[in-house]
Amino acid sequence: MTAVLAPALTRRRPPFSFGRWVEREGVFSWLMVALPVAFLVALVGYPFFYGIWISLQDRPVAKPGEFVGLDNFIRAWHDPVFRQVAVNTIFYTAAATLLKMVGGLGLALVMNQDFRFKNLTRALLLLPFIVPTVLSTIAWQWILDPAFSVVNWVLKAADIADPGPSWLGNPHLAMFSLIIVNVWRGLPFYAITLLAGLQTIPPDLYEAATIDGAGRWGRFRYVTLPLLMPIIFIVTMFSVIFTFADFQLIYVLTRGGPANATHVFATYAFDIAMGAGQFGQGAAIALSMVPPLALIILAMAIYMRAPKS
Amino acid sequence: MTVDRRGWRVRLLTLWLPLAVAMFFALFPFYWMAITSLKTNQELYSRKVMPLIVHNPTLKHYVDLLTETSFLEWTWNTLLVALISTAISLVLGAMLAYPLARLRFAGAAMVSFAIAATYLVPQPLLFVPLADLINRLGLNDTLTSVILTYPTLLIPFCAWLLMGYFRTVPVELEDAARIDGASRLQTLVKIVLPLCGPGFISAGIFAFTLAQNEFLYALIFLTKTEVRTVPVGAIAELVRGDVFYWGQLMAAALLGSIPVAIIYSFFVEHYVAGLTAGGVKG
Repeated sequence: MTAVLAPALTRRRPPFSFGRWVEREGVFSWLMVALPVAFLVALVGYPFFYGIWISLQDRPVAKPGEFVGLDNFIRAWHDPVFRQVAVNTIFYTAAATLLKMVGGLGLALVMNQDFRFKNLTRALLLLPFIVPTVLSTIAWQWILDPAFSVVNWVLKAADIADPGPSWLGNPHLAMFSLIIVNVWRGLPFYAITLLAGLQTIPPDLYEAATIDGAGRWGRFRYVTLPLLMPIIFIVTMFSVIFTFADFQLIYVLTRGGPANATHVFATYAFDIAMGAGQFGQGAAIALSMVPPLALIILAMAIYMRAPKS
Repeated sequence: MTVDRRGWRVRLLTLWLPLAVAMFFALFPFYWMAITSLKTNQELYSRKVMPLIVHNPTLKHYVDLLTETSFLEWTWNTLLVALISTAISLVLGAMLAYPLARLRFAGAAMVSFAIAATYLVPQPLLFVPLADLINRLGLNDTLTSVILTYPTLLIPFCAWLLMGYFRTVPVELEDAARIDGASRLQTLVKIVLPLCGPGFISAGIFAFTLAQNEFLYALIFLTKTEVRTVPVGAIAELVRGDVFYWGQLMAAALLGSIPVAIIYSFFVEHYVAGLTAGGVKG
């Protein structure tokens, strides 16, 4: 009996072979992605939800937490500093992103011409972006030093102001200084990415536009800008997210001062969680970044889709 | 094209002038870093001396930095952490990228969504739960704490970039290898990976600079001198109380930037390719 059935069975379903099982597309794929996915779930996915759980607890550092529901969020909502932090963060993000966008586009257009030492120029212009932020920010801190600021020395030498302003001590100027330093660091990323985008635009489109009577502005408005839009969108999305959640720059230059004038979500959450040891409250403040970030991304996505459909 | 006087003037206004302003803005802080690190303290803290050049150059701050602080140890830690987390991220990133770029499997959409989401999660969102997690694992003040957490910032980028490179390998090459009896793993290792060298260099350089740049996790997890990285060491130990050791700080900033700058200068094209890949290809 077995002698008759066996060949028929093997033909229909070969005996299980591990080697062949591994070669199946789905199996091989999952064997590959399983480890990295598990890694990211353990160190990003799990901490995210664990963070939500912590934010629902009253949890002084190194003590067991006590579940308090939404108390931490409610307390944040009624905390005048938190409100100021929200306003600061939005202003900081909006101003810095706008300046980086306009400046970066301008610089990209300037660099999209033929000139000598173009690659060297591009490499040097990217330096602010590649050097560790904390280290370059220390240099800025010295440039803006209350007593020995080189900017103020120049202002004095040029008879404009003596003594010069306190760049990091005055609430409004401190915010202004932070925005300038953020733009200094982020603008090269904008410029170089947009430059790469500009170089993908076919020259005959410009020729066609010129033949149709478009001037400099017309070519920019009707050829360059529409074709560059997808890249501007992606770069802006990154810029908005990472400016909104900026920590290093502000921590080094002002630590949120003077009088909370430059505190943003990240530095305030750090102060509450690490400085005051209130893990629950700190987690709640950090999580408050999620809804505005999600809204910004959503709004930008809708705005980008609108003209196409 | 003839460049007459008017053309030259236009070029000055639309090219050289804006470029000069941009270069000055971009590079002045580095100039300032360099000359500050070479000045004597009398010169640094005098309002009468013209500050734009060095009058009496000295290497004292460098000597002090290297002999009186743990700067060399921090540099070693930074490089070690950046190298290991970059290596981990390249391997895990490639393991994600290949199936997503080339194979069809159930859940692929979910995996790529997870990568995109991870990419967009900024560190400040996770530092509280991660601090608690690292604490419970007993990894406080060990380099393992940052070696484990940095790849979460680097893997999504590496995976994204490598996907683009894997897609450029002609499918015919892979099919030919498979027909000749190579397994999927052999095809990947012997055919695809060797063709994607530039992709690995781009992703590696980018990941390396990101790892060198990280500050928040290092600040929270590493509180002892011997495990600190350069940024945290500089901020935490070259500022004592309210006293800033500006000369040493600038020397540390300059020396700390040099490893990244050297690697960057060798691979600028790869770096730019990596930088722009997200925006242009994606």
